[in-house]
Amino acid sequence: MHPILIIGSGLAGYNVAKELRKLDKETPLVVITADSGSFYSKPMLSNALAQKKPPAAIALNTPEQMATQVNATVRAKTRVSAINAATRTVSIGDETLPYAKLVLALGADQIRLPIGGDAADAIITVNDLDDYGRFHNLLGGKKRVVIIGGGLIGSEFANDLIVGGHEVAVIDIANQPLGRLLPPEGGAMVRQKLAALGVQWHFGTGAKTVDHDGAALKVTLENGAALAADIVLSAVGLKPRTDLAKAAGLTVNRGIVVNRNLQTSDADIYALGDCMEIENLVMPFVMPIMHAARALGATLGGKPTTVSFPAMPVLVKTPACPTIVSPPAPGATGEWKVESAADGIKSLFVDGTGKLLGFALNGTATAERAKLLPQLPAVLP
Amino acid sequence: MKKWQCIVCGYVYDEATGDPEHGITAGTHWEDVPADWACPDCGIAKEDFEMVLLAA
Repeated sequence: MHPILIIGSGLAGYNVAKELRKLDKETPLVVITADSGSFYSKPMLSNALAQKKPPAAIALNTPEQMATQVNATVRAKTRVSAINAATRTVSIGDETLPYAKLVLALGADQIRLPIGGDAADAIITVNDLDDYGRFHNLLGGKKRVVIIGGGLIGSEFANDLIVGGHEVAVIDIANQPLGRLLPPEGGAMVRQKLAALGVQWHFGTGAKTVDHDGAALKVTLENGAALAADIVLSAVGLKPRTDLAKAAGLTVNRGIVVNRNLQTSDADIYALGDCMEIENLVMPFVMPIMHAARALGATLGGKPTTVSFPAMPVLVKTPACPTIVSPPAPGATGEWKVESAADGIKSLFVDGTGKLLGFALNGTATAERAKLLPQLPAVLP
Repeated sequence: MKKWQCIVCGYVYDEATGDPEHGITAGTHWEDVPADWACPDCGIAKEDFEMVLLAA
């Protein structure tokens, strides 16, 4: 019997394996990953420094432990070079592996902005545990970190690094942090709380060049300002990994397009997680992964299951200003109604009839999450 | 008393201390934590993750 083959060992890949094994303990299963194959949670990478976590402490399980736990062959540091849908095989260099069903849990890449200068290649991104290890090593003895991007990951790193004792500057072309998630009032609170810890914000401008400056780096902004840095970290967003799927002739838009069965345009190939696009949505967050993994694990285990997504609030890990957001659907019509209290801001996105479509809670207002959540519409009912 | 770790964010639920801020009194066993309880750190619902048993 040909195996079920999963490409990717992130939360998506391993959680599909776990869910499958709840129903089916026998079908051969192979997990192929370009990474180390350790099981870890990617969201932990942007709040591990303040907790003094070395890379090894982030990995919850070794590849060997995972292989045993999900009764699979785990092939780490192995890159699939091609998918051959017609013959139901994948290529790993010269090797050909057959599959019965294929699961793409490829994840997403950090977007790289076109930035000039003679040290542009020194800009780092932290997208996986190996990246975090390199970042962790670089930070030893270094103090000044410039972060390009004040969104979710950029703001989390800013909080983590400043608490960890580093000097932190954040550059964002928007006029506030978390511009895609928070109305101006909530953004201002995050800005103030992090500034109070020492984070320097540079809004309304972008990074133009990064150059060597002796042993350090110099970041020149579009507005002409120059920042001295030891490390430049880029965190401007994620881009689903679609190349493999595209080369195999699968339907690809922003992500790998799937239906509500999580099937791609090839009936034997599925996709989930950060690489997936479903009903025009790309959702690079943990909760969608968990819901999709549960549905797909059941489908692969012989119980065809369509996926549905409830409202899925995202916690922004900025302890300086606890923040929980559940943004309205793209294109939703309505307006933000903002209530500010002493140490919290409650922002509700409501339509013309008063129906709640999204929220953004800062500080003490985060306590209202549980009360508000049932009022939100499902993302995909 | 046991400890459970959220696989998503690493939050540790200690049965001995509970999560009083969110209505879970000290000494509440994991199986008695209500299904609508959510991880205080990452917001994932109890049913949406598996806890890793840390220690007896």
